[in-house]
Amino acid sequence: VGSLVGIASLSATPVHQAYLLQARQMQALSFSVHIPLVCFGIAFPAMVLFVEWRYLRTGDELYLMLARRWSKVLVALFAVGVITGTILSFEMGLLWPNFTATFGSVFGLGFAIEGFSFFMEAIFIGIYVYGWGRLSPRAHFASGVPVVIAGFTGSLMVIAVNAWMNHPSGFRLRGLHVVDIHPLAALFGNRYLWHELIHMYLAGYIVAGFLVAAPYALGRLKGRWGRYERTAFAIPLTIAALAAPVQVLVGDWAARDVATTQPIKLAAIEGLYKTTRGAPEHLLGWYTGDQVKYGIAIPHALSLLAFHSWNAEVRGLESVPASDRPPVNVVRLAFQTMVGIGTLLAVLGIIYLVVRVRRKRLPESLWFFRAVVVAGPASLVALVAGWVTTEVGRQPWVVYGVMHTSQAVTGAGGVPVGYATLVVVYLGVLVAVAWILRRLARAPLRPQGSAPSTIITGG
Amino acid sequence: MHLYALPLIFAMTGLALYVVLGGADFGAGIWQLTAGAGEDAGRLRDHAHDAMAPVWEANHVWLIFVLTVVWTAYPTAFGSIASTLSVPLFIAAIGIILRGVTYALRSGISTAKEKRTVDGVFAISSLLTPFALGAAAGGIASRRVPVGNAAGHLFSSWLNPTSIMIGALAVVVSAYLAAVYLSADAVRLGDSWLERQFRARALIAGSIAGAIAIGGLFVLHGDAYSLYSRLVSAPGLIALIGSASAGLLTLALVGRHRYESARYSAALAVAAIIAGWALAQQPVLLPGLTIARAAAPHETLVLVVVAVLAGAAILFPSLALLYGLLLRGRFDPSTEFPPPPPGSGGAVLSASTPGLLARFACGCLIAGTGLLTIADSAEAHAVGVLCLLAFIVLGFGAMQPTEIVSAGGEDR
Repeated sequence: VGSLVGIASLSATPVHQAYLLQARQMQALSFSVHIPLVCFGIAFPAMVLFVEWRYLRTGDELYLMLARRWSKVLVALFAVGVITGTILSFEMGLLWPNFTATFGSVFGLGFAIEGFSFFMEAIFIGIYVYGWGRLSPRAHFASGVPVVIAGFTGSLMVIAVNAWMNHPSGFRLRGLHVVDIHPLAALFGNRYLWHELIHMYLAGYIVAGFLVAAPYALGRLKGRWGRYERTAFAIPLTIAALAAPVQVLVGDWAARDVATTQPIKLAAIEGLYKTTRGAPEHLLGWYTGDQVKYGIAIPHALSLLAFHSWNAEVRGLESVPASDRPPVNVVRLAFQTMVGIGTLLAVLGIIYLVVRVRRKRLPESLWFFRAVVVAGPASLVALVAGWVTTEVGRQPWVVYGVMHTSQAVTGAGGVPVGYATLVVVYLGVLVAVAWILRRLARAPLRPQGSAPSTIITGG
Repeated sequence: MHLYALPLIFAMTGLALYVVLGGADFGAGIWQLTAGAGEDAGRLRDHAHDAMAPVWEANHVWLIFVLTVVWTAYPTAFGSIASTLSVPLFIAAIGIILRGVTYALRSGISTAKEKRTVDGVFAISSLLTPFALGAAAGGIASRRVPVGNAAGHLFSSWLNPTSIMIGALAVVVSAYLAAVYLSADAVRLGDSWLERQFRARALIAGSIAGAIAIGGLFVLHGDAYSLYSRLVSAPGLIALIGSASAGLLTLALVGRHRYESARYSAALAVAAIIAGWALAQQPVLLPGLTIARAAAPHETLVLVVVAVLAGAAILFPSLALLYGLLLRGRFDPSTEFPPPPPGSGGAVLSASTPGLLARFACGCLIAGTGLLTIADSAEAHAVGVLCLLAFIVLGFGAMQPTEIVSAGGEDR
């Protein structure tokens, strides 16, 4: 498969790209900026709708005020998500034209369908946010429902493409050509899709849940703790607290699937050089000289976790040429970060649930609220670390075992210029998002009817 | 009609809709740039912004639609275009980022200075993006994008007479469309001052667009003769004449203050230019690459067509709803009514329900853990995952997050 070319003659002459690493970093940057916004796209509309539903049921104006304030945050984050997502689709061509040219007809359908999900989200977010007080309450509530559904179908499609890149099928290679293309089998007949989808979907609720709860926890520490704040705190935190322990189970399932479908990624995650029976698992440590140093070894744990068997054989990095191995320490560090933070989040979630059930109230310890303040950004770190694990762990392949990333990259010059520009622009975006969120948070609480005048007249 | 051409027709339709709808968004930004300073300029800018804010995201998605259809159905052409034209496409992308961020920011601004800064960035990016996209289209039309990974020239592929002409045309057409739409919106708002302002802008921009289009034919004659010769013979000529007549009709309609009809004729004039380009260039997509050869295998094409038609069946009623609300003025300032009187106030769940839900949730958690973590078949995993998701939903019901806060104590 070594010298794969495009369907037509696009890559007949392989390109030399001196800045492959920069192209990968640019992609990683674009992705890391977009993916937190995806979490809000997945989970936040459901939270806003829940609050609105409470208003419709109880007539309590507090819920209306909360839903309207949250929907301002929703529309601001969605706007940024729209553009950062657009950048990702541009980069499919700008950075990886030969990947798209070679396999577009295999995986592209997923994005084409995703485009319609995106349409639904954009249309109904417009109706929902600008329709406050202008549609009947029921119609307004209903206009939010497609946003929640499209958030799910959109992530289903994007994950289907990513799952295909990790575990490609639905085509054959005849010589240098991609033939026998079956997009549906490639995208949806892929076992790798399901754990990845559920893992990401839960991550969306966990990240959005902890991040929405965090500022109210901070407010609690500063003494802002009226019924409004308590409500705004309890709803997202309850969701995240329930999802975080489940994520540990789903993550374990994902790891077992990776063990069978991508043994070299697993070997990189664990820093396992030699193919081993009854392989140990190393916590922490650093991979150097073909082994993990300074780590805590737990005998047989890897075989047990990955294959549910005391003496199962685990493939090591030695089973493939050095040029086909991912950068071990990046993948290991990312994986351990994700698992470490994920476990702590699950513990925090369980503490909350136990207090809730046993004492029938919210936790009162200040340490709990400090922990929630940290959990918001920490969940974001875990999210990005998880994606680093799966994406860097797939390297050096863009299509696992089929096409090297170096065969996919653009031949155009100027990658470092584009990268530098994007860094500057995204720093500006970061500042802008921080500014708008602070501004929205500081808007005075006031009873509804008169509410988000900026939305109406200004934005 | 061959199957292999159908996705391209979808993509060109999407492109026309992007220019007609998304273009007007950019145009509104351009009018913010030219509004100048002072109170009147502020009114112009606010009107241009408010009219587009509810729909810009939906309008923007047409661009994504075009990209995804092209890379699925004509992957080689997409790879060649995106790599050779990487510079203008990147510039367009940066413009899109800046515009989106300013949309997000505008809902939080409070001072005039902040507003000027945000509107300034918005306006400049509104100029940048249509020009860059138009220049990229010019590179394709003038056969400067060969097949291959960045096989064309990084700069002359989009800095050439045809590209610059089409880029300029894209900017002016965007401004023209926006002015027509904004005039219509001003009438709906009953603001005759705004109407006069945008009417004048529509007439000026429309005339400039016409002039560029006519001058553009001379540019094409010199720079892209093969395209020119097919534009001035049937069927390209029919589209060209159609565009010219629709353009003149629009000017007449705007002159007579009939903006609602002018909306459609202006859009038609622009769509006809795109149709003319497509007709003049087919059956060739890129030099040496026909549409038939560029097309993906049969099964992919069938699936793309099915996906687009099925998607359109959901999309168009949704779009009709959005634009219906917008054009009937339901999103206008001052239409908001106060919240309805409190609802039933009834308890959502009876007192015993949370306990029951909690037990069900625990059951789901135990079953899900067993099926997902201990059992080893795909079916067991699927049921296990569903159990765990049910645990979250039932658990949320049982936890009653909105009830517990009132049990928490006094308001402080």
